[in-house]
Order: sequence, then C-alpha cells, then structure tokens
Amino acid sequence: MTDKDQTIVTAGGHGRFPWSHVIGYIFSLVLTLVALLMVINHVASGGMLLFVILLLATIQIFIQLFFFMHITEKHGPAYHIITLAVALFFTFAIIAGSLWIMTFTQLSS
Amino acid sequence: MGGVKQFLSHFFVTGPFEIGGDVSIGLVSLAILFVLTRYKLWGWLWRNWLTSVDHKKIGIMYMLAALLMLFRGGVDALMIRTQLALPNSQFLGAEHYDQIFTTHGTIMILFMAMPFIFAMMNIVVPLQLGARDVAFPYLNAISFWLFFFGAMLLNISFVIGGSPDAGWVNYPPLAELQFSPGPGDNFYLLSILISGIGSVATGINFLVTILKMRAPGMSLMKMPMFSWAVFATCIDIIFAFPALTIALGLEFADRILGAHFFTLNGGGNPMMYVNLFWMWGHPEVYIVILPAFGIYSEVVATFSRKRLFGYTAMVTSLLLIAIASYFVWLHHFFTMGAGADVNTFFAIASMFIAIPTGVKIFNWLFTMFRGRIRMTIPMMWVIAFIPNFVIGGSTGVMLAAAPADYQYHNSYFLVAHFHQVLIGGVVYGMLAGMYYWWPKMFGFILEERFAKWGFWLFNIGFYVCFMPQYPLGLMGMTRRMYTYPAGLGWSSLNMISTVGAFVMGIGFIFIVLNIVSSIRHPVKDTTGDPWDARTLEWSLPSPAPHYNFARIPVIDSRDQWWEMKQKGMTKPDDSTPLAPIHMPKNSGKPFIMGVLFFIAGFGFVFNWYVLAGLGLLGVVITLFARSFDYDTDYYIPVDEVKHSEAAFGRS
Repeated sequence: MTDKDQTIVTAGGHGRFPWSHVIGYIFSLVLTLVALLMVINHVASGGMLLFVILLLATIQIFIQLFFFMHITEKHGPAYHIITLAVALFFTFAIIAGSLWIMTFTQLSS
Repeated sequence: MGGVKQFLSHFFVTGPFEIGGDVSIGLVSLAILFVLTRYKLWGWLWRNWLTSVDHKKIGIMYMLAALLMLFRGGVDALMIRTQLALPNSQFLGAEHYDQIFTTHGTIMILFMAMPFIFAMMNIVVPLQLGARDVAFPYLNAISFWLFFFGAMLLNISFVIGGSPDAGWVNYPPLAELQFSPGPGDNFYLLSILISGIGSVATGINFLVTILKMRAPGMSLMKMPMFSWAVFATCIDIIFAFPALTIALGLEFADRILGAHFFTLNGGGNPMMYVNLFWMWGHPEVYIVILPAFGIYSEVVATFSRKRLFGYTAMVTSLLLIAIASYFVWLHHFFTMGAGADVNTFFAIASMFIAIPTGVKIFNWLFTMFRGRIRMTIPMMWVIAFIPNFVIGGSTGVMLAAAPADYQYHNSYFLVAHFHQVLIGGVVYGMLAGMYYWWPKMFGFILEERFAKWGFWLFNIGFYVCFMPQYPLGLMGMTRRMYTYPAGLGWSSLNMISTVGAFVMGIGFIFIVLNIVSSIRHPVKDTTGDPWDARTLEWSLPSPAPHYNFARIPVIDSRDQWWEMKQKGMTKPDDSTPLAPIHMPKNSGKPFIMGVLFFIAGFGFVFNWYVLAGLGLLGVVITLFARSFDYDTDYYIPVDEVKHSEAAFGRS
C-alpha cells in the first residue's frame, strides 16, 4: 500500500468514531427485521409481500453502498462505477435467465 | 456406558479403509508433533508461517495444501478405478463407492484446483506488478486459513461421522435430510461454505491489487498476461461464488433448520438448486482454467524467446471468456426439460466460447512459430497441454449441441471430456507454473531427470486412462455407476482405463520424488533469472526478499525485464536512494479465526448448536479484537534494506 492510500485509510478509520457504519448497521438490521416480521405475520397477499420485500432489499443495497462501501469517495479512475455496472449486468442475466429457464415448471404442472 | 459406546461407533466410522485412515492420520500427526518438538520448530512454524501475511509464504502454503489434496483426491480416483477395473467387482461397497466419488470430485475442484490457482496468484501477481504485497495482506491470510480449515473439515469426514455421498454437486432431493440423513452431507455444505468466504475475499483482494497497485508506468495494456488472466478470474470469482453460497446456504437451511427450499414437498423446487449451483459451476471451470491460460502464456513466451503473439487478442479473449461464462450455465442440465428455445440459446452461447479459446490456442502456437524453443520441463507441460485441450474442447462443443447431449449426458463421454479439460488444462498448467516459478519461490531449480519421468508417465497414463472412457460413454456406461455386469463389451476398456490411472499415479510419485531429490541436492539459482525470462519477477533475487522490491520499478514496456536486459542491464536500476519500506505486521488472528470457523462448522455438522454458537461467538470476538488493533504495520529502516540487498549482491 502506498503512503498516500495509508493517510486516507487513517483519516476515515482511526481518527473518529465511525458513526456512518453504526447507522448503516442499524438501518440494515431494521430493514431485515421488518421484512422477516411481515412474512411471518402474513400482513399482505403473496404478490404484495414479494413486492415490498424486494423494495426493502433494494433500499438496503443503497444503504450498504453509501454507509459501508464508500461509494461517494473516489481517487483515480472510477473503477467502482464500472464494477457496479458489470454487477448489474450479471445480476440481470442471472435473474432473467433463471426466470426463463424455470418457466417449464409452470408448463409441465 | 452403552450410550457412549453407541455414540462412538457412530462418531468414528469403522471399516477396513477407515481404520487404515485412522492409523495413517494418527501416525502422520505423531510424526509431525515429534519433528516439531524434537527440533524445537514450534516457534519457527508459528512466527514464519502460521502468522505470516507475506503473499509469497501464503502462496507456498496454498501450493503444499493443493499437492496434499491432489494426493488425497488421487487415492480416491485409484479406488474408483480399482472398483471399475473388472465387472461385478466387490472391492468397495456401493455406499462406500458413492462416498469416494463424492469426495474425489469435491476435493479435486474445491480443495485442489482452487488452492493451486490461489498459490500461483499469490506467489506471482504482486511480483509481476512491481508491488510489495497484495492490497489487503491480512485479509489474504484469512482467506488461506478459511480455505485450509474448510478443507480439513471435509477431510476428517472420512474417519469421523462419515463422508458425504450425494455426488460433488450435492443435488437435492437426494442430498436432503429425507434421503441423506446423518452428518455426511453437512460436512460437504459447511466445508464449502467456510472456504467459499475465503475464495470471494481472494477474488476481491487480487482485483484491487491489480487495479490499484501496479508499478508506476504499468498501464493495464502493459501488464503481463498472467496478471491479466488473474484479473479475468477475479471477475468470475466475485460474481459466481455468491450463487454457490446462496445455493448451499439454502440447502443448509433445509437440512439443519427444516426449511423447504429444495425439498419435494412443502413448496420446494429441487431444480432451483441445480440452476443456482451451475450459475457458479460454469464460471468455476473458467476460474480454474484462466490462470492456467495465463501460465501457458508466460511459459511459452519465455521458452520461445519471443514476445507473446497477439497480446491484445489474448486480453480480449480472456475478458470475452470471463463475461460469456455467465451465459452458458444451463448446458450442464439440458436434459432437465426446459423448452427448445432455452436449450438453443444456451447451446449457441456455449459453442461461442470455443471462439476466444481457439484464438488463444492459435496465439500460443504462433508464439512458438519460428521461436527458439527450449524444451524445459515447464515448456513440456505446455506443449502437452495443447493437443489435450484441443480434444477436450472439441468434445466440449459436441456436448454443447443440446439434442446430441441427450445421448452424452451423464455418461462416461462427459467424464472423459471434463477430465481432459480439467487435468489436461488446469493440472498441466499448474504443474507448468510450479516448475516455472519454483526457483523464484525457493531459490533452487527442480532437477530434470525425475521430472521427465513424471511428465511422460503422467501424460501417457492420462491418455490410456481417459481415451477409453469416450467410447465407454457412447456404449452406454453412465457416470457414478458402482459396478457393471460382464458381457456388455465394457470390461477390457475399463481395465485399460484403470491401468492408465495407475500409470498416472506412478507419474505423481515421480513428481514427488523429483521435489524430494531436488531438495536434497539443490541446483541453486544465483542470478534470480534462471530461465532468461521476460517479466518483472525475474529481476528480483531468488527467493525474493520479503519486501519484494527495494525500489519500486518504473515501467515503460510490456516485457519490462526483457527490455532492460536488451539494454544491457543485469539488475534493476539502483541509482535512486533507498527509502524506508512500509510493510504489514504478521498476525495470529487469521489462523485463530480459521480454527474457530472449523469449530463452528463441526458443531453444525453434528447439530451441536452450543459448540457451533461458541465457535461463531469466537469469530465475532476475533473480528472485534482486530478492529481495535492499531499496531498493524511497520517500516523497514533503510539500513536493514541495504544490508539485505547487499546479501544478494545488490545495492
């Protein structure tokens, strides 16, 4: 690790209390608990529940990106944007592919 | 007293092979304890190896573990082949046979191929990039110990509790509690879940290392080809391993917590497991083959004394393979019954991968074309790889044709195909890499006589073993078949195949003999560049000092070290003054965390939740302790660097 990187790490990590991590952690816990309780108590119909859970999951992705993964910090090339784009691309391929592959279970039942 | 006896008889597996296993494990452990105590090596082991965060040492430990696992998986293979040598054989029981092919596959892919590529990545990448370590050295140590204890967890299943026996893919519903009760399949799930955390961390670690820690002047397009291959591998590791973790995590929930993700009743769908498993499974084969491609590129350029032919095409092919590998997973289960449209899409996508792979094969051939080829051991493995991979690739395209696959699926044709690409591609590559970089790791060259014996026996044995399996598959022999009746015309081909497997086993013994005899009579590498090679790692003394580069080099061309030698330099530029070197401190926590994960995993395997909870609590405590550890790095003073460089005859 070069010395320049080292100073950045020190400034963000050792100096002060990492409030953003704690807040992000609490937010994540709350979102997960809400999703779990909603499913356990069947608060809505299946389709509606699924939609709400997906919404909560999406919010949690953003919370993790901002509070834990320092998405706003940048030095040098924007590798994180490229990485996120690749991740989204693969995620889309995997989800769309799985749905497409699994359609046969509806056809055969 | 009777209860204890009953518990012990279930806990320890009893049978002739297992008692043999108990005895040999006991003897080896005693021997290790004796040697460490007799020669007072405990402190040395702890300070220099177990707590090390040095990428070179972690790489060497990965390689030793991979060779050990190659031996274990190889013994499994020989037992499988012995059972199949004759019709109606009773050498192994059916259940025992199931356990052995399951552990053979699991160990060879996850605990032999994976650590072997991690070994090469660790040993070579920072040296090629002109870096002093990986981006996150502490995380790197955690990755290793999670792999190591994950592998140990699977290996003890042979003598404690019973091995998994649902195949290396562990498909439900067979792998569910209903059909596979007992701890066997839990061992599979927990060991891979634990080592999988380490694999993802390694992927992230090397991606960041490659993007952020290249020496000044080394643009991505001046990066050595092995590092490019590792870059493509990391993309696959990071995005593929989560799918495996999810699949195994959900199956774990089914088995341990009584969930119904993949069960036959309760709304489960076993096909979803198959889907998720291969979403990882196909990128996984590229994860293990791409670093081997990188090794072939380095070795072929060095021993042809030419720059690598078609650098840009090579990089493009690597990235195309890495991306396309996410669009082919269904070809592992064409026969599941998804519609013709689905099968067509994945068949064409699979065949497409042959194009970039073919480009790479031609580029290696053109690199050799009109080169001054030196037939060293690494080069022999590379040249032997090419026909192997061409046959394996062609049969792969045959398997990718969905309608025809209904004939080949799960037959010995498939078994022959994937062994041809995984042994002929990955194992040959890793052995080429081991011989090539051995002097850089240990400071001496492996001698050639036994190495040649090993090479020829292994290579000839390979063809004798696997060529008969193609016709066997076409004649209807299916994989995982425990025994077969006489009179099907399979007997002589199976016997030939078994003979080949034993020839490969003898070849492996020669490779081990080769290492042992080279340690006893080492041919020292005094220059640091025994092969007259091209990339930056060969500008360092062998073995490289723990800080790697006394001065970080400035890069202006692709084959930096070769170009420097062309200008008449025999060692790196030492005109600039030395500066103190910033290094990470060793830490015992990654090892301790590995032990705690092992304890937690062992607890879950036997449904001992108190033990599992204690293990996990220990992991959390270790993480906390690390968070408050501010004393993690130090500077090597200039005088010490000067002193150590002088020992290498440099300044």
